[in-house]
Amino acid sequence: MAAPPALRVVEYGARVYRRTWRGSVISTFLNPVLYLLAMGVGLGKLVDEGGGSADLALPYLTFLAPGLLAATAMQTAAGDASYPVMAGIKWRKTFHAALATPLGVRDLVFGHLGWVTIRVTFVSVVYAAIMTAFGATSPLEGLLAVPPALLTGAAFAAAVTAYTARLKDETGLSTLFRFGIVPLFLFSGTFFPITQLPDWIEWAAYGTPLFHGVSLCRGLALEIPFEVDPWVSVAYLLAWVAAGTWLALRFMRRRLVL
Amino acid sequence: MTAPLVEARRLTKRFGDLTAVDEVDFEVHPGEAFGFLGPNGAGKSSTMRMIAAVSPVTSGHLRVMGLDPAADGPEIRGRLGVVPQEENLDEELSVYENLLIYGRYFGLPKKLIDERIGELLHFAQLQERRHSKVEPLSGGMKRRLVIARGLINQPEMLILDEPTTGLDPQARHLLWDRLYRLKQQGVTLIITTHYMDEAEQLCDRLVIMDKGRIVAEGSPRALIEQHSTREVLELRFPVGTQEEMVARVEGLAQRAEILPDRVLLYSDDADETAGVLAARGVVPESTVSRRSTLEDVFLRLTGRSLIE
Repeated sequence: MAAPPALRVVEYGARVYRRTWRGSVISTFLNPVLYLLAMGVGLGKLVDEGGGSADLALPYLTFLAPGLLAATAMQTAAGDASYPVMAGIKWRKTFHAALATPLGVRDLVFGHLGWVTIRVTFVSVVYAAIMTAFGATSPLEGLLAVPPALLTGAAFAAAVTAYTARLKDETGLSTLFRFGIVPLFLFSGTFFPITQLPDWIEWAAYGTPLFHGVSLCRGLALEIPFEVDPWVSVAYLLAWVAAGTWLALRFMRRRLVL
Repeated sequence: MTAPLVEARRLTKRFGDLTAVDEVDFEVHPGEAFGFLGPNGAGKSSTMRMIAAVSPVTSGHLRVMGLDPAADGPEIRGRLGVVPQEENLDEELSVYENLLIYGRYFGLPKKLIDERIGELLHFAQLQERRHSKVEPLSGGMKRRLVIARGLINQPEMLILDEPTTGLDPQARHLLWDRLYRLKQQGVTLIITTHYMDEAEQLCDRLVIMDKGRIVAEGSPRALIEQHSTREVLELRFPVGTQEEMVARVEGLAQRAEILPDRVLLYSDDADETAGVLAARGVVPESTVSRRSTLEDVFLRLTGRSLIE
């Protein structure tokens, strides 16, 4: 039995990664450590001493860590679904090379998204381990937060792939990070509950996929109520995965099949 | 005669308002080296991309190895090799990994790919580069690697789009030699080029394309015999005097082409024409007598040079 062709694209991702993983080690291992140290421990001390943890009913580090896991999954997925896709379409044209083989656009898109999701899983597991090492959560709680992080990553991988497939050049990528990913990172409830925000931003935050990812990660990892019904969040993120994948297929086909 | 590998009838490709390929008919037979010669924008690459089952046909009939590209794209692509005009190698990876990954895209088992990589690296004269990254390789090496990559599935037909554009003469000759060997092994070659010497060297049969249409078809020799004289006398005049001189060479040859920088006189004996010219007292700055080439055929058929 031959494996589905999309798996060949996943294998490609893994082979490239075997060559280039050194570059991503720092972001995979060091970023969580740095963030948890600076924000969780450093800023957390101020928050906890200032009475913030009374509002949160948790030490700040514990509050922060699962949310940051979701945000990290988003960033990993957005990174892997943007620049490498642009390279495949335009800079190195490796997607064009792949399409000259029996592979089709569908295999390419599914394989690529599959690989990004695997990468997100890996990064999330590492993150969960570090979060546990910091004492933010127990090991089991940390692991419970991995599946929703993965779902968050998949939602962003699909949406960002679709977005990138339509871009003429890389200026659109810096726009994406500057006006999309960074604001999401800051205002989706990762660092503070979105109820702290002015009403209109709070409502906007409810609409972001990252908010739902954060809510799920936090709710599963910590013994606190979910910020919104978890099934609503799961359904919402799945809708992003489905719509993003559909658009990614459509836009990639339009871009690559001329 | 065996069934053609490629059969096109009124094949057309449009991009919006632009008609890139305009109702062309041609056939490519097993084992031959078939060329598409024409200037940039003539529709060669668009035609190739349709044959390679990566670009949908707008209208007309196209069969590749008896299959319909619209329905059987993956199967056609599985039996073809493609060498694109632009290198699309994975520069982060090694020579070996590029070939391995491509072989995997065809669904071949790793063991078989490894065997073939050994042979292909030898064929492409890249044995010593097996574990080098692709990025620092020379243009000629990269092009040979792309050809090796296109052969990983042992295709029945290899499609090469401008295979030697941008290469130095030495690299070109090496490449031509490799392509010639492939042809001897029975691989059908389809080549696009805007170099007439390349077409003459490599192609058994070719079509000349211009503005999306096929303007002539035949073997290089037959095309030259049919559309040009045996020889050509090229004249260069001092700057600014060409116009005045043109009037004085009229009627000297069977045909004259006036180019911006030179005048071409077509005759069966260029040296004799040069003699008559001297007798008339016309003294060009320089003269070259040569045989007619496909360039002359193209000029005759379209009124323009191949490379502008």
